[in-house]
Amino acid sequence: MKLVFEKSVPGRRGLTISKSDVSTSINLKADLLRDKPAELPELSELDVVRHFTELSRRNFGVDTNFYPLGSCTMKYNPKVAERIAAYPGFAHLHPLIPQLRIGGILTQGALQVLYETDLLLREICGMAGFTMQPMAGAHGELTGIMMMAAYHKDRGNKKTTVLIPDSAHGTNPASAAIAGYVVKAVPSDDNGLMDLAKVKKMLNDEVAGVMLTCPNTLGLFNPHVREICDLIHSVDGLAYYDGANLNAIVGKVRPGDLGFDIVHLNLHKTFATPHGGGGPGAGPVGVVEKLVDFLPVSIVVKREDGTYALEYKRPKSIGYIAPFYGNFGIILRAYVYMLMQGDEGLKRIAENAVLNANYIKEKLKPHYDLPHPQTCKHECVFSATRQAAKGVHGIDIAKAIIDAGFHPPTMYFPMIVKEALMIEPTECESKETLDAFIETMIDIAKRAQTDPESVTDCPKTTPVGRLDETKAARELNIASLA
Amino acid sequence: MPYISNTDEQRAAMLAEIGMTPDDLFADVPKEFLCGKLDLPEARSEQQVRDHLAELAGKNHIHLTCFLGGGFYDHFIPSAVYALTSRSEFYTAYTPYQPEVSQGTLQAIYEYQSMICRLTEMDVSNASLYDGGTALYEAMMMALSATGRNKIIIDDSVNPIYRVMIQSYTRNLKIELIETQNEDGLANREAIGKQLDDKTAAIIVQNPNFFGCIDDFTDLSEMAHKKGALVISSVYPISLGILKTPGAMGVDIATGEGQSLGMPMSFGGPYLGFIATRKPLVRKMPGRIVGQTMDAQGRCGFVLTLQAREQHIRRDKATSNICSNEALCALTALVYMSLLGKEGLREVAQLCADKASYAYQKLTSIPGVTPHFRAKWVFNEMVLDLPCDAADVIGRLIEKGFAAGFPLSRYYKGMENSILVAVTEKRTKQQIGMLAEALEAVL
Amino acid sequence: MSEENLKFTETHEWARLDGKVVSVGLSAFAIEQLGDVVYLELPKPGDEVSKGASFGLVESVKAASDMYAPIDGVVSEVNYEVADNLDLLKTDPYGSAWLIKIESSDPSQLDTLMDTDKYEQFCATQVDQ
Repeated sequence: MKLVFEKSVPGRRGLTISKSDVSTSINLKADLLRDKPAELPELSELDVVRHFTELSRRNFGVDTNFYPLGSCTMKYNPKVAERIAAYPGFAHLHPLIPQLRIGGILTQGALQVLYETDLLLREICGMAGFTMQPMAGAHGELTGIMMMAAYHKDRGNKKTTVLIPDSAHGTNPASAAIAGYVVKAVPSDDNGLMDLAKVKKMLNDEVAGVMLTCPNTLGLFNPHVREICDLIHSVDGLAYYDGANLNAIVGKVRPGDLGFDIVHLNLHKTFATPHGGGGPGAGPVGVVEKLVDFLPVSIVVKREDGTYALEYKRPKSIGYIAPFYGNFGIILRAYVYMLMQGDEGLKRIAENAVLNANYIKEKLKPHYDLPHPQTCKHECVFSATRQAAKGVHGIDIAKAIIDAGFHPPTMYFPMIVKEALMIEPTECESKETLDAFIETMIDIAKRAQTDPESVTDCPKTTPVGRLDETKAARELNIASLA
Repeated sequence: MPYISNTDEQRAAMLAEIGMTPDDLFADVPKEFLCGKLDLPEARSEQQVRDHLAELAGKNHIHLTCFLGGGFYDHFIPSAVYALTSRSEFYTAYTPYQPEVSQGTLQAIYEYQSMICRLTEMDVSNASLYDGGTALYEAMMMALSATGRNKIIIDDSVNPIYRVMIQSYTRNLKIELIETQNEDGLANREAIGKQLDDKTAAIIVQNPNFFGCIDDFTDLSEMAHKKGALVISSVYPISLGILKTPGAMGVDIATGEGQSLGMPMSFGGPYLGFIATRKPLVRKMPGRIVGQTMDAQGRCGFVLTLQAREQHIRRDKATSNICSNEALCALTALVYMSLLGKEGLREVAQLCADKASYAYQKLTSIPGVTPHFRAKWVFNEMVLDLPCDAADVIGRLIEKGFAAGFPLSRYYKGMENSILVAVTEKRTKQQIGMLAEALEAVL
Repeated sequence: MSEENLKFTETHEWARLDGKVVSVGLSAFAIEQLGDVVYLELPKPGDEVSKGASFGLVESVKAASDMYAPIDGVVSEVNYEVADNLDLLKTDPYGSAWLIKIESSDPSQLDTLMDTDKYEQFCATQVDQ
């Protein structure tokens, strides 16, 4: 398909721009001007609409079909949230208004959304306060670790190390390292869980904290999680909950009750805001009482007269980590979603997500190796080693799944499982959809034994086949320049 | 349950098929961890939630005529932008890990990267970052890593909102962060020159700067390069419709806030951070990057590339902890720039400058209102001195229906009477005239 | 060039001593494990390196890893040609795909490294993991 630039026809216009109604036309000093206009394409509105409509047809979203991408919680994004986010009262609100005198009064609706989202998340997570500012999960991690560092500094603690299980998302060690900590990986035990004995061994006064995903990236709930948190607390360390997998336990188990001190959430996972092709997301961070003072500025408070205001004077705060109040448009969508769930709705999310994952796990167990066969939570991780022995690798299975009309699961992660196939169905999917997917997976497993080539030469139904990634990286072409 | 498809009967059937009971599903969670009923409001219907949010939206006063900028602007958004970006094939997809079913997102990102390069006249761009502030922080981290040095010089004409963010992020890092004070509204050459040494990783500046003043950093780039330091410039993308580009000035890393390229102000986000650099620095650039390649049949396609730098492979040694970009916002900017095109973007930029110049004439003809800086070229934003406290005047103008500008005392000492006024192409001659009348009346 | 007279590190670099100069490259095993190499980041002549510390970066489509110096010294020569022709790593890992030469005042530091036989055994244990 042609690039948008290749469709350009000199003189074509995609927008009528209002004529100037002022008498002045300024001639800026020539030295300050660009010597020729930016080489943007020249297209009619119809050209632009056709181009991007064609691009959209080369994409696969949750609205297209089943998207069981493990650890990404690709659940359905309710349309009502999109509609509300486009209300002019939210979309056209300038973020600096509340910083003007009496400006706070002019943004009461938006401030109330932020304040109530904070309250809802506190109750759901068992935390004492949230910041809405982090603009993605990884940004939330960095914010959480910065608060961890601020806490230790405030207490005069000399801490150097953060413990992270070897099954963790790559963002955990990256965030801890960027915040200045040394990362020590804790090996998983035979059950795929963080090894309690190893934690005991690695524990010392230099440990600033632990970062845990619970259930972990194998979809397993660690029954020793409270003991791990207690151990960390015994050296005045902090326990960090990576909320990537909250969908498995939302409404049923609260991270605060497990002993965690800091929680980040991915609103684009558990709270159904769209993934947007890789963002924008939002990663609010919640903390227990002893860390509230360290939350970033500003935070929204409710005054005695019932009005909402931004509070900036917070001497122990880690400061500003976003230009304003976070990705407001995303927070708003999550707020809408939570209001529509209530307590019962949240519990049903977790229960259905877990049922769907276990249903797939049990149905596919005879056909794929399952390194950790116990009851899973929101996702299950198979290993394609049996198929790999026939020359059919995880990547081949993924491409065959594409030809069957589904999005593939997450491949080759977590790294501790060979040829990993990580399947997260979410609560939204029907039995019919799951059965169709299961049937596809069984068919691929059979073909891997009897006719491996029919799997390894997939995909055949897509606009392009498998792409040469080596060529992409060696002959780097990452921009079409004029 | 509209977002859960299975019925009670189906759930029962599924449990029976796999030989489990409802209790089995959470049997691995110790009982004491299971919470009871949460104290949450009763679930609302779609109609109820829409009514409730319509009421809250109504409490936000968006009818104010907006002369507020500070890096975030009320520009016109063509209707086709939302029509295209709200196609759910785009917004319900995730990061394009499977390129065969993600060519839409991937090609769009490649085109976005190309568009940013053409706009800034830089060599390479990534797939986007969170916002202009974190983009500037990432550029700074890139410069520290590329030069192996630890000193950063930042002029205080750079957006103060970004400067306070950088201060938070660098608190635990062993770096020397020097702030120079602007010289009559422009980056202070003398002060920067004094600080610039062979420990300096980068000089950070902005164009047009926070005061709206236009600068040319060609001299700063020469100065910095002689000492082996880099120049990072934050830029306002709309201004590049007419203004000299960071590429032409010899800047090493250009960043900016892309909100003005088709995104609503949305009370602070989601926005779009962009970052572009020169080819030799490409491997130091954080975030996702899309590259062009081919399949076995020779068909052209796009993939995520240079992924080995990233956190999911490099973990604690990654160039950055970022794992998402703002793909949908990048798509928005791409559609916006495609609609405006070569001539359209130039016209919008010129309109902004023309209307700002008109506003400047009108406002400075009010007795007691004077420009704060000596004659300077401004793009679409200007600092004016009032005869009294600016925050107070802005407060009074709100009552008259204007968001007249931003009081600079919030971030700059000694500027209690100064107001920052922004004018976009959306403002009409009549609105500017009414602002002038209202201002004169409250002074 | 053959694998004779080579010493190997546990991080898969090889070293060959010639007078005071030590040539350093990546083992065939490492290159196979990495997959297609797409980029090499190499030091400059005159840079100091120390045993066990990173002197550069090798990047493939699926991995990026630091390369570690087998010995203390000063980089005397850098093979930029291999960075432009990455296939050499596969075709001639112990010959024309050398990466840097280090001038060392203490060549005996190489004595602690593995010889070819030991390294082969070491690689066998790595495959299982």
